[in-house]
Amino acid sequence: MIVLLFLAQTLRIAIPYLFAASGGVISERAGLIGLGLEGYMLGGAFCGAVASYYTGNAWLGLLGAVVGGVLLALLYAVTSIRFRGDQVVIGIAINLFASGATRFFLRLLFHSSANSPRIPGFGVEQTGTGWLAIARNPLIWIGILAVAFMAWLLYRTPFGLRVRAVGEHPAAAMSVGIRVARVRYLAVALSGALAALGGAYLAFDQHQFTAEMSAGRGFIALAATIFGRWDPVRAALACLLFAAAETLQIQLQGAQVIPSQFVEMIPYALTIVALAGVVGRAVPPAALGKVEGL
Amino acid sequence: MTIHATEITPAPPSAAPAVNRASRRAELEEAFLPAIVALLIAALVGDVLILSFGQNPGTVYKLLIEGTWGNAYGLGQVLYKATTLTFTGLAVAVGLRAGLFNIGAESQLAAGGFVAALVGLALPASVPTLLALPIFIVAAAIGGGVVGGVPGVLKAKFGAHEVITTIMLNFIVLALLNYLVAAHLKAADSLHTATIHTGALPRLSNYIGPFHGSAANVVILLAVAVVIATWYYLFRTRGGFELRATGLQPEAAEYGGVNVGGVWWRAMALSGALAGIGGLNFVLGYKYYYEDSFGSGAGFLGIAVAIVGRNHPVGVALAALVFATISQGGLAVNAAVPKQMVDVLQAVVIIAVVASVPEVRRVLRRER
Repeated sequence: MIVLLFLAQTLRIAIPYLFAASGGVISERAGLIGLGLEGYMLGGAFCGAVASYYTGNAWLGLLGAVVGGVLLALLYAVTSIRFRGDQVVIGIAINLFASGATRFFLRLLFHSSANSPRIPGFGVEQTGTGWLAIARNPLIWIGILAVAFMAWLLYRTPFGLRVRAVGEHPAAAMSVGIRVARVRYLAVALSGALAALGGAYLAFDQHQFTAEMSAGRGFIALAATIFGRWDPVRAALACLLFAAAETLQIQLQGAQVIPSQFVEMIPYALTIVALAGVVGRAVPPAALGKVEGL
Repeated sequence: MTIHATEITPAPPSAAPAVNRASRRAELEEAFLPAIVALLIAALVGDVLILSFGQNPGTVYKLLIEGTWGNAYGLGQVLYKATTLTFTGLAVAVGLRAGLFNIGAESQLAAGGFVAALVGLALPASVPTLLALPIFIVAAAIGGGVVGGVPGVLKAKFGAHEVITTIMLNFIVLALLNYLVAAHLKAADSLHTATIHTGALPRLSNYIGPFHGSAANVVILLAVAVVIATWYYLFRTRGGFELRATGLQPEAAEYGGVNVGGVWWRAMALSGALAGIGGLNFVLGYKYYYEDSFGSGAGFLGIAVAIVGRNHPVGVALAALVFATISQGGLAVNAAVPKQMVDVLQAVVIIAVVASVPEVRRVLRRER
C-alpha cells in the first residue's frame, strides 16, 4: 500500500517534468538549447489559468496554455534562428521575460501580486493523492502519451529524421533539400507547447496560478534531457528518478534523515556527473547551440 | 553626407590616421547602435505595457528618471546596484573573452559573500578595517573562484559544457548555502548569519550627506579599481592575451603554444572570483551579514551587462549603470504600474541587443 502511494505521488510530481523534458528533447535534437523551458512552463501555467478562468473550461485552458508556450518559443526561435542571437542569452532572457510578464499581467487582470482567483481545473477531487484521482486527471495520461509520442515522432517519422539531421549536421541536411530553419521552428514551437502543458498541469493541480510557480522545474527538465542523453524514453526515466527522489524527501520530511536541500541537489549533481563522463559520457547533438552557416 | 564632410575638412597629413579614425568610428557605431536600438524597442514595449495599465507613458518614464537620477537617494541606490552588477558583468565578460559562458555568477556571487561573512565572523573585532579588507577580498575571491573553477576544470579535463555545469552548480551551491545558514549559522529569530565583527565599510552617505538612507558604499571604489585591473589584465598582459586568443580560436591558440585547457580553468576561476568579490558590496558595505539570495538576480543580469557592454570592462561599467537604473526605476514607478514591468523591459533589452548585433553589423557593412 505504501509502495503504491509512493508510486502515485512520484507520478504526480513527474508529469510536469515529462512534458517539459519531452519538449527539451525535441528542441535540443533540432540543435536549439532548451534554456527557455522554465519560461515556457511559467507562461503556459499563466495563460492556461487565464484561459480557463475566463472560459470556465479546462480544455480551453489547455489551449490557452499551448498558445502562450508556443508564442514564447517562437520569440526564442525567431531571435535565435532568423536574427542569429546567442541561444544561451536569449533562453535566459525568455525566462526573465516570462517571470516579469506573468506577474505584470497578474496584477493587471487580477489585481494581485501573488496568485490568480480559483480556476476549475479538471474536476475537484483531483487534489487527492490516490490512484483514482490520478486516473481521472486527463493531463496525467496526456503527459505519459507525450513521451510515447515524442519517441515515435523522433525515430519513426520523416519529420523526426529531419529533426535529428538538422541537429547533427545542418549543412548536410540542407544539401539533401531539408528546410533546416523550418524544421527548427517547428521543433521549438512543439517544445514550447509541451512545456506549457506541464505548466498548465501545475496551475490546474493547485486550482490557481501563483507567481513563479514553475519554481525551477524547467531546469530540472533540462537536466533530465541531458541526463537522459537526449532520448525521449531515457529522459522520461530520468524525470521519474528525480520525481522519486522528491517524493522520498517529502515522505521523510518528518524523519529528518537527509536535509531537503541535499535531495534538491540530486538532479543537478547527477547531470554534472553524466556530462563529466564518469559513467559513460553524455554527448550532445553535434550542432547544438550553433546556427552559423545557414 | 560623408562625401561632403571629407570635402570641407583639410586633407589629413598622412593616410594612416584617417583610416584609423574611420575604423575607430565604425567600431564605436558597431558597439553602440545595438544598445540604442534595444533601448528604443524596450521603450516602445514599455509604452504598450504602461498604456495597457491605463497610465500615461510620459508620466511613468518621468517618475522613473526622477526616482533614479533625479534625487540623491535614488542615485545612491542606482550606484549600489551598479556596483554588484559591475562585478558580475566583469565575471561574465572575462569568461566570454575566453570563449566560455559563465551562467554561474549568481552562485559565485553568493559564495563570495558567504565566505567573506564567515571570515568576518571569525576575525576578532580588534583587527583594523584596513588590515581586514585585503583578507576579505581574498576570501570572497576564493569563495567565488572555487565555484567558478570547478566547471572550468570539468571543461578542461572532461569537455563538460560549462553552460550546463554552471547552471547546475547554481542550484547545488545555493541549496548548500541555504542548508548551511538554515541549519548551522543563522542568528536567532532571523534568516541570516550574525553580524560580522570587523571590516564593515562606510556608506557613501558618511561623506556626502544627501545619499542618506541609500545603500551606496565605498565598495564602488573597489569596483572602479577592478574595472581598471581587468582591462589591464585582458589587454596589456601575456595571460590576458592568451585568454583572448583562446576565446577567438582555441585551435589556433593551441597551435601557437597556448595551453588551452589551462586557460579555460583559470579563466573560469578568475570569472568566479570577480563575481565573488561582488558579494562584498552586500556583506561589507550594506548589511554586514550574509543572507540567502542577497544577489537577487544580479548574477543572471551580469550576463546582460556583459553582452550590452560588449565584454569590455568600461562597457560593462556603463551597462551596469543602465541596468541598475532600470532595476531601481521599477521601484520608482511601482505606485503607477507594477514594478515587474522592468523585468520585461530588461528581457526585451537583452533579446534586442543579442538579436540586433549581427543585423547591425550586416547593415553597416553593406553601407560601406
